[in-house]
Amino acid sequence: MTDILMPALSPTMEEGTLSKWLVKVGDDISAGQVIAEIETDKATMEVEAVDEGKVEAILVEAGTEGVKVNTPIARLEGGAAASPAPTRAAPEAAPVAAAEPTAAPVASKAEVRDPEFPEGTTMIKITVRDALRDAMAEEMRRDDTVFLMGEEVAQYQGAYKVSRGLLEEFGERRVIDTPITEMGFAGIGSGAAMAGLKPIIEFMTFNFAMQAIDHIINSSAKTLYMSGGQIKSSIVFRGPNGAAARVAAQHSQDYSAWYANVPGLKVLAPYDAADAKGLLKAAIRDPNPVVFLEHEMMYGNEFEIPDVEDFVLPIGKAKIQRTGKDVTITAHSRMVGFALKAAEQLAAEGIDVEVINLRTLRPLDTDTILASVRKTNRLVTVEEGWGPCGIGAEVAARVVAEAFDDLDAPPLRVHQEDVPMPYAANLEAMVVPSVEKIVKAVKAVTYR
Amino acid sequence: MARTAKASDSDKKLSNVSKDELLKYYREMVLIRRFEERAGQLYGMGLIGGFCHLYIGQEAVAVGMEAASKDGDQVITGYRDHGHMLAAGMDPKAVMAELTGRAGGSSKGKGGSMHMFDIATGFYGGHGIVGAQVSLGTGLAFSDHYRQNGNVSFTYFGDGAANQGQVYESFNMAQLWKLPVVYVIENNEYAMGTSLARASATINLSQRGASFGIPGETVDGMDVFAVKDAAERAAEHARSGKGPYILEMKTYRYRGHSMSDPAKYRSKEEVDEVKTTRDPIDHIKTMLQQAGVAEDEIKAIDNDVKAIVLEAVEFAQTSPEPDPSELFTDIYTEA
Ligand SMILES: Cc1ncc(C[n+]2csc(CCOP(=O)(O)OP(=O)(O)O)c2C)c(N)n1
Ligand SMILES: [Mg+2]
Repeated sequence: MTDILMPALSPTMEEGTLSKWLVKVGDDISAGQVIAEIETDKATMEVEAVDEGKVEAILVEAGTEGVKVNTPIARLEGGAAASPAPTRAAPEAAPVAAAEPTAAPVASKAEVRDPEFPEGTTMIKITVRDALRDAMAEEMRRDDTVFLMGEEVAQYQGAYKVSRGLLEEFGERRVIDTPITEMGFAGIGSGAAMAGLKPIIEFMTFNFAMQAIDHIINSSAKTLYMSGGQIKSSIVFRGPNGAAARVAAQHSQDYSAWYANVPGLKVLAPYDAADAKGLLKAAIRDPNPVVFLEHEMMYGNEFEIPDVEDFVLPIGKAKIQRTGKDVTITAHSRMVGFALKAAEQLAAEGIDVEVINLRTLRPLDTDTILASVRKTNRLVTVEEGWGPCGIGAEVAARVVAEAFDDLDAPPLRVHQEDVPMPYAANLEAMVVPSVEKIVKAVKAVTYR
Repeated sequence: MARTAKASDSDKKLSNVSKDELLKYYREMVLIRRFEERAGQLYGMGLIGGFCHLYIGQEAVAVGMEAASKDGDQVITGYRDHGHMLAAGMDPKAVMAELTGRAGGSSKGKGGSMHMFDIATGFYGGHGIVGAQVSLGTGLAFSDHYRQNGNVSFTYFGDGAANQGQVYESFNMAQLWKLPVVYVIENNEYAMGTSLARASATINLSQRGASFGIPGETVDGMDVFAVKDAAERAAEHARSGKGPYILEMKTYRYRGHSMSDPAKYRSKEEVDEVKTTRDPIDHIKTMLQQAGVAEDEIKAIDNDVKAIVLEAVEFAQTSPEPDPSELFTDIYTEA
């Protein structure tokens, strides 16, 4: 007797709808046969049998929603004597993602309203994914020179479904699927930008932008300078950056510091949906090359954004995400959520943390950071990337240079361990920054 | 220069095929299929994480190619790599345990599905960046040429990868320097959700080396004997100092691109058509039956393979997670 279990179809799937059975009790099934269809928020997928045997019982009816991964959905009789269902390790034993602090924004009293949000506007809930899509759609409606190009952006609606609906609205002229040729299409985008178009170049992930980094830096960042101001390069290079879940060394890397090192580029890293929308619109309008670093693990998270006609955020301005008086934490992208979570825990212990969401990594908003540190006298930097020569190193250097006398403790940096991203679940969990590591660093700078 | 190896070519040769050979290929192909089905199941249970790309449907390519390789030859491919590793003779336990990220995995659990290596069998990965393995494989051939060791590098890549620029930079140098490399393009018709025709200005991939003077053939990649035949010709060309050779394998992947791809870009009918008319395992099974091999003998192989795969599954779940100290090893080689 073998149980057939509800399968997980992606690293983040926890439950799904069992939409359809293609076999019934009494049927003989063979390995590889499609036996059912299940639906997740992203897709409908087929379930294939791995074992052969006769269907003895259907344990979950077709149409059942919210079926948890690994729930037995059917039972096979016989034929399976040599085939015990693989020993079921508790699914918790194999975490698919480093502890996600919260999906929703941390609602905390100390969290402040974005001063950029117009007073009295109503707020609407939206995922980061859709906020990015809306930003592109709005800018494409306003300016015919804006177009989107990249792998799977059109017909597939984006590898991570960020460009959902854009092909339908704007057509093949402006939403363009490319072959897998990053250097080629980044160069084509850069050339088109030289000629005055405003390309949005999507990298399926920034790991693959390493194939194209020559055009980002040599052909885009330096063009204005090399041409003595003649040739502008208004182009956005965007896509998910940083560590996804369990995809290991070549697919999990934070490039923040790489790009932030380069004059001529602007580098943005949104945290929530408002950042995503307001900053992407700003990036598309900006007359300079912008590297826009998204985060796969944030795409599905919902946040509130102001429901206004044309919501654009300023480039170069950090946001005080939470006010506090004891310690300043700087963070960007997904790490802002980790920092907020740590701040909440620390508040319970009487440590009042201010969290700065950097949002723009180049030009870095030094004024906001310095003002905060002058108040708290303590600094912890958090980033997903490696420590050496990183964003935290830059922030700390500026603070030490300009607010040395205001510091009551040496700044501390929280970052990825200094190793390539391992695949094994236990090692991966050790490598990435965690809420615990942030809490520990804050306690260290407050000598607690 | 173009030559098309059809199934009929291989049928002609069948008289020379021994029953043992038939059984061997059958076993190897079934091993890959059953292994991949289990890997899919373990993924569904959360025991394998991240991206997991299955080789189901393409078994005849890795198995047929392997038949033309000699000791010391090298193999390199992309992230859809489990089949090549099994065909190269790697222990299924070590492959499966790498998929579950355990200490007993071939990379001690550090590499995962997309990044696996096994120097003992000449398997140089398992690479996550589309196209990178083409230059790397050419580099392996460079080393063979440099050492004049008579070995060949079998460098696999997909129809999608065939558009990467470094492929052509490599082709040029390989032909210029007469490097012993066999480029195996596994044309399974799709690169993620993009069909070959939507991504390629010309779709005859066997002729992608034409402007460099590299000979190429299109091969029925669902017929293990057609593959083996072509592989022998290509390997002989490379080994004898004539330089690179391109084999375009017409094949098909049955599953989505990775476990999380619902594959909406192709019809169910299209997939079913391939499964029912071109399946590489059905094909060899028919040959076995025609050769008069008893059903029992086939069944015995099936059972054997099943036991091997279940043992691998068991090992992949009981092998411990890597020791935390492993986190900081293998960053640098001790100088
Ligand atoms: C440089 C780079 N760009 C994009 C990707 C994402 N990606 C992974 S596999 C793939 C499709 C490759 O298709 P193909 O070469 O046909 O191989 P197949 O998956 O069909 O075996 C893409 C776009 C990547 N891994 N590396
Ligand atoms: Mg392909």
